[in-house]
Amino acid sequence: MKQERISSLVARRAFLRKLGRTATVAGAVAAGAASIAQKAAAKSEPSSGRASFPTPDYDWTKHRWAFGVDATKCIGCLRCVEGCKRENGVPLDAHHFNTWVERYVYLEGEDRARVDSQADPVNIAASGSEGGYRFANRYQDAKVTKAFFVPKLCNQCTNPPCVQVCPVGATYRTRDGVVLIDQNYCIGCRYCVQACPYGARWFNEEKGVTQKCYWCYHRITKGLQPVCVEVCPVGARVFGDRNDEQSPISLFIRNNRVQVLKPETGNEPNVYYVGIDKAVR
Amino acid sequence: MEPLGHYAPFTGWVYPNETVIEWSVAIVVYPYITGLVAGAFTVSSLYQVFGFKRLKPVAHLALLTSLCFMVFVPLPLLLHLGRPERAMNALLTPHWTSAMAMFGYIATFYMALLMVETWFSFRPFIVAQARRRSGLPGTFYRVLTLGSYDLSEEALRCDRKWIFWLAIVGIPGAHGLHGYVGFIFGSLKSREWWSSDLMPVVFLFSAIISGVALLIVLYVVSCKLRKVPIDLACLKGLAYTVWAFIMVALVLEGLEFANIVYKAREGVETILEYVTGPLLIPYFVLQFAVGAILPLLLLSYMIWRGTTGKALIAGVMLSAFLVLLSVFMMRWNVVIGGQEISKTGRGLLEYQMHVFGREGLLIAALLVAAPVVMLWGVTRLFPPWEEKAA
Repeated sequence: MKQERISSLVARRAFLRKLGRTATVAGAVAAGAASIAQKAAAKSEPSSGRASFPTPDYDWTKHRWAFGVDATKCIGCLRCVEGCKRENGVPLDAHHFNTWVERYVYLEGEDRARVDSQADPVNIAASGSEGGYRFANRYQDAKVTKAFFVPKLCNQCTNPPCVQVCPVGATYRTRDGVVLIDQNYCIGCRYCVQACPYGARWFNEEKGVTQKCYWCYHRITKGLQPVCVEVCPVGARVFGDRNDEQSPISLFIRNNRVQVLKPETGNEPNVYYVGIDKAVR
Repeated sequence: MEPLGHYAPFTGWVYPNETVIEWSVAIVVYPYITGLVAGAFTVSSLYQVFGFKRLKPVAHLALLTSLCFMVFVPLPLLLHLGRPERAMNALLTPHWTSAMAMFGYIATFYMALLMVETWFSFRPFIVAQARRRSGLPGTFYRVLTLGSYDLSEEALRCDRKWIFWLAIVGIPGAHGLHGYVGFIFGSLKSREWWSSDLMPVVFLFSAIISGVALLIVLYVVSCKLRKVPIDLACLKGLAYTVWAFIMVALVLEGLEFANIVYKAREGVETILEYVTGPLLIPYFVLQFAVGAILPLLLLSYMIWRGTTGKALIAGVMLSAFLVLLSVFMMRWNVVIGGQEISKTGRGLLEYQMHVFGREGLLIAALLVAAPVVMLWGVTRLFPPWEEKAA
């Protein structure tokens, strides 16, 4: 396996060297090309070269990560949202989220759920700041017939439309099933933001690149849990390796009737839900 | 609470990340300019390939228009990119499954084709200037001859052959360029408003009418500026072309909307709420009624009554302006409209346009005006007018 990867890397480097040589001959205009070719070489190194990105000795061929959400357990405390924002450097405002929580409320006499998230202005007003997360008690005086919370995050789809549309291949799916974005390669066109049917991607204006949830890849490759899973006080979020039959996620999928969001897209999401309602999208 | 200034206000339920509308007016201008390129090229091809002799007075102007607008096509995209310095990555390490990755190749190919075709078309003029002029302009034209001063009958026949074939290759080139722009939107399954098989053809036909309308305006204005009489046969030819294509464009746009409503998939209530609310004026009034149906009726009336003279010029000019507006609104309604309907299918957002800034109204207006200014300069160097160019 490793041999194969190394030989493909050698071939790629040889090709890039050739490209670089041609560029030198071509002169000033193509000099830019060579530097980008070098960048491309640098880009391919960590993932295919050491087989350890981003953690030494991590082998991405040995894992198949998946995520579970038990909506019946979620209490809407939003620790996951806050933890994620701090762990991953997500702006502390109401417009950029790797993960968020939606609240579905059916009032008496109404057939359609009223849906809001912590990013709703009413909830922000209640918390006092965009960086403080809570759900306002806006249905205090109403007769609620049914209500529940649904945590949302990137679905790390098996057929990710965001990866399909990226014009430079800056976003890609790893062997262990996580969709990553190479921030040193993304051109910031935001086609992927448009292509994601779940609204999971957001644009980092400061860096000029797109970002999203990647199941805390920097943590899971070290054997840790994603932050949102770790901070959840009720175990509504489940994470693990599907290659391990006794992992929490394997048991979660095996022991429950699980659902995915927007299955009609053919994206084959890898976040499995339990206890969601027909109104959830 | 921090100010919500440049974020999109919303009603209903939207995903939190959607409150930043990512594709701005710059991305509205981009397909608009691209469409004008394709449409103008269609006019030049109608003459060069299909032998519409009455369009001869605008054939060269059409080519130059196409070229000048094409120069500015990549600009809105570059202004929009978060990391414009990496733009070349799409050409050097393209990701083949991305429709957007094709842009660099199609645009480069088409740009080269336009330049070569323009060179062949203006070669006799360039040679004449190179021989006659001295000093800097003379050197400019002498460099442009590329060392070929041969204006023999045989050489000119060879030139015509090249022009003919380049025009033929240019048709799929120009229309491929624009069809692909439609595909960028139509191929996304994330938004009901975009996800349509008809999108590429809708873009194509609206492109054609916008390009022809632009040429009508440019031709009439240039005649007025040069104080020469307007060739009414040519103007009528252009009017017929708009008239014919506007019907196809209207039918396609109508069909697309009818499909959304009739299929009535999830989220259709929100779409209907949107088109009968915030989009009523931009969509039904400006894009359809004022921009397409009105010029169609006006042109039909003039063709039926055999209107001629000043009335014809005024009527055709008015129709052309309306068509240009309609097509701009169509781009707006697709690009901005699509993003104002939430991916949840249960909420609506409101795009807040900046006036200043990289992706503001001012830059967008400049981007549309710049090719016209460039065209003015280019027509000074390469007069496309019949009597001089001949």
